[in-house]
Amino acid sequence: MANLKELKGRINSVKSTQKITKAKQMVAAAKLRKAQAAAEAARPYAERLASVMGSLATKVSGDSAPKLLRGTGSDKRHLLVVVNTDKGLCGGLNANIVKEAKKQARELTAAGKDVSFYLVGKKGRAPIKRDYPDAGKQGFDTSAVRHIGFDEATQIAEELVELYEAGQFDVAHLVYPVFKSALAQDPVTQQLIPVPSPNTAEASEAVVEYEPDEEAILEELLPRYVKTQLFGALLEREASEQGASMTAMDNATRNAGELIEKLTIVYNRTRQAAITTELIEIIAGAEAL
Amino acid sequence: MALHFELVTPAKLVRSEEVHMVVVPGSEGDFGVLEGHAPFMSTIKDGNVQVYKTAGAEPENIAVRGGFAEVGDAGLTVLAEHVEG
Repeated sequence: MANLKELKGRINSVKSTQKITKAKQMVAAAKLRKAQAAAEAARPYAERLASVMGSLATKVSGDSAPKLLRGTGSDKRHLLVVVNTDKGLCGGLNANIVKEAKKQARELTAAGKDVSFYLVGKKGRAPIKRDYPDAGKQGFDTSAVRHIGFDEATQIAEELVELYEAGQFDVAHLVYPVFKSALAQDPVTQQLIPVPSPNTAEASEAVVEYEPDEEAILEELLPRYVKTQLFGALLEREASEQGASMTAMDNATRNAGELIEKLTIVYNRTRQAAITTELIEIIAGAEAL
Repeated sequence: MALHFELVTPAKLVRSEEVHMVVVPGSEGDFGVLEGHAPFMSTIKDGNVQVYKTAGAEPENIAVRGGFAEVGDAGLTVLAEHVEG
């Protein structure tokens, strides 16, 4: 049986761990509120852009459509853009994203396609590299950025569009976590490039005038749409990370509390046993006199 | 006589209000939008969006960068990549 001093030490160490997890939980809760507000604020832009895209894409079709909408004409080489977090301590979030990415990769490989990766965020690199050694080559590092914003999304989108124009891949999918609640963040896969034609076939009866013309506007709109998609994914990631972190830290705090309780009981028992032994010794001594 | 004007950036909805007229820096020239304007869409160049709250009032300038403007039944929507201030 462990002696009293050791037990006391363990109780104290668990207590300080609990303090840390509690603090991290509260920080995550505060950040989550902010991240959710940011995600909310970004929604109007994305919605409007999507509706404009929808009405334009139905008008411009065929060979005159920009490459970003039309595709390269083949679908052999696939790129998976995987959005992971930069920091750990957020439960199974990153593991789930990586699992989804690997599942997609396996399906594509089984269908005879080539798969490459573009990794955003630190935490996805190691586990994906384990199965796909080439995966670390392309990616974007967001770990140095404190508040992720539209600028980062722009940089990622520009790099992706450049790769696409250079013929590095035919189809790009985006894998990112969708924030549902603090308890649930599901990784989803979404086609990014070529931009999927929105199926909102709301053929407006009004004749819209375009300046310069449909093609030119669409040409400018598509990269912007890709940027918005990425921005949305980054915001979702941020909210998911904080949500998952909050839940994980809440669990950790509770577990630490349980452990402290158990250890305290053991500690008290041991102390009681020591006192009893001492008493018996004294009584035995007194009787012997 | 009011035009519904919305200015949206990726980060947030900057403006959503009823105004008299808005002058937008279109890529092929500035254009003013009043209520009941025909459906119209244009890309915009970097410059100032001028918002006239009422007829004859001093315009309020909002500097925008990159994006496009759409005029529809619901009014004028300016989707800008950046808005100063």
